[in-house]
Amino acid sequence: MDALNDKPMTRWERFKDNDIVWSFLGSPGAMIAAVVSTVMILACFFAPLIAPFDPFDPAQISLWDGKLPPAWVEGGQSQYVLGTDNQGRDMLSTILYGGRLSILVGLAAICLGMVMGVILGVIAGYVGGVTDAVIMRLADVQLTIPGILLAILINGIGRAALPLELREEFAIYVVILAIGLTDWPQFARVARGATLVETNKEYVQAARIIGLPSWLVMVRHILPNTLRPILVIATIGLALAIISEATLSFLGQGIPPTTPSLGTLIRVGNEYLFSGLWWITLFPAIALIVLVFSVNLLGDWLRDALNPKLR
Amino acid sequence: MVSFILKRLAQSLLVMAIVSAVSFSLFNFVGDPVNNMVGQDATREQRVEIRQQLGLDDPILTQYVRFIGNMTKGEFGLSYRIKRPVDDLILERLPATIELVFVSAIISLFFGIVLGIYTGIKRNSWVSRVILSTSLAGVSLPTFVIGIGLIYVFAVHLRWLPSSGRGGTIDLGWWKTSLLTVDGWRAIILPSITLSLFQLTLILRLVRAEMLEVMRTDFIKFARARGLSEKAINFRHALRNTLVPVITIIGLNIGGLIAFSVVTETVFQWPGTGLMFIQAVGFVDVPIMAAYLVFVALLFVIINLVVDILYFVIDPRIRLGG
Repeated sequence: MDALNDKPMTRWERFKDNDIVWSFLGSPGAMIAAVVSTVMILACFFAPLIAPFDPFDPAQISLWDGKLPPAWVEGGQSQYVLGTDNQGRDMLSTILYGGRLSILVGLAAICLGMVMGVILGVIAGYVGGVTDAVIMRLADVQLTIPGILLAILINGIGRAALPLELREEFAIYVVILAIGLTDWPQFARVARGATLVETNKEYVQAARIIGLPSWLVMVRHILPNTLRPILVIATIGLALAIISEATLSFLGQGIPPTTPSLGTLIRVGNEYLFSGLWWITLFPAIALIVLVFSVNLLGDWLRDALNPKLR
Repeated sequence: MVSFILKRLAQSLLVMAIVSAVSFSLFNFVGDPVNNMVGQDATREQRVEIRQQLGLDDPILTQYVRFIGNMTKGEFGLSYRIKRPVDDLILERLPATIELVFVSAIISLFFGIVLGIYTGIKRNSWVSRVILSTSLAGVSLPTFVIGIGLIYVFAVHLRWLPSSGRGGTIDLGWWKTSLLTVDGWRAIILPSITLSLFQLTLILRLVRAEMLEVMRTDFIKFARARGLSEKAINFRHALRNTLVPVITIIGLNIGGLIAFSVVTETVFQWPGTGLMFIQAVGFVDVPIMAAYLVFVALLFVIINLVVDILYFVIDPRIRLGG
């Protein structure tokens, strides 16, 4: 700010001066969303430390305690705050463990899509010509079919290609692959667009002229400048990836009930909905909605904050 | 014009070629087709006979050409599980899906466009703000959660509406409709709301953004400077110019509805093609999977093609610029 001030800014001051941080501190919605999603993600990741029970330890589960309502409802027990499911697992603990799996699968899938999309997009934009045409045509073709349908298809093919005994074990990886492969075209489009803009700038031409190999120009010079728009799609994409995983699991095509994710929990709970055991479905559903909503809010704010046109 | 359409047509053919190759390879790479057609206790001779009948010993290219030939005739063989021709199965279940998508399209387009225009014109009123924040929540709600919620409230708790199935149907030749019976209408309410809600929020946001964009243009400022009434500006000038993108929206909308009908049909046990597809995936019923893949791709290619051509016809900027 003060150019005449001879004292150099400390790291913290420079950090506070950043336009994104400034915009963040001026937007209460984004701050709440950030706090909620951080708390949820941390709680899920430290599930083994926080969760009152270990839902995967048969010694801690007894069928006698099955189908207990939440603690504040008549018939509930205080040790099971959110009640228990049909097998007698504590709902709060299962949700924490399930949320961890959902978030991990979402993150892994979006990373896969991002890495693939950014690599292909930067190459398409930098190299141009036939390579560009082939990659982008492929992206166009894929974008004509909605993501969820494609994910169901890839997932179905992946499962079918595996031998029956390996299907459960590899279910998680198949889901990650299916969602990741559906996501890459958006990343490729944005990365290509940013690359086209950067390639014509002088610093890139200078780097080319001094004879740097093209991969080095792409990685060191172009890639860092495409990251801002990529970050926006990645955030919104994370919310979508979590929804996709939950949808696949709900359809019975995703994560198996032995290691449940939020979607699997909702699916299992859905079978007990008609008998009035609402809590087995409701709490995982709420966890899913709050998680997705807060990540979506963050993404929305990030998009506005990084887009100078809207400021 | 002709070259534009030809280009689009070529792209559509390319999509279909890729999709048909994928769907053809499904038969070869996913399980052994012979094992799927005969029982465990079939003899060696029976297996060899079926292999020859299916032409599985021919070169792969010959098989692919034959597959394409059958595909254009709409033949995908017998379902492994139900042992009936796949095209019959799809045709039988198609009316259920089309009716569901049709009703949902009307709900989402009507409310999406009306609310979008409203929030676009009165951008600062509190009603608009409430609608907008609700719509962000709508984007975050997974379709199946909406479905479960509606089932719990209206079917389990209040017992007003059925939770699954299509209700009574009436036979109109080869088309079985449920839109002509009272319990058919009762049955379609919850699934169609579930299916349309996500699309509704999407359309609302698109129309609103488009409306805001148009409101900022010079000709609206000029109309205002001329002293035209708000009503004339909003409806005669602004709305007309937002209607062009609505075509794209309708195309996107129908595509999205078909995609999510898979989820909605599963939640409500709606006997359509989406439910059939999910069951087929579960049982690795390759002929149905392959047929559904080709069928859906064809549908999307046609929708995209029609949208592109309509765009071209309606918007002179694209016609003259492109």
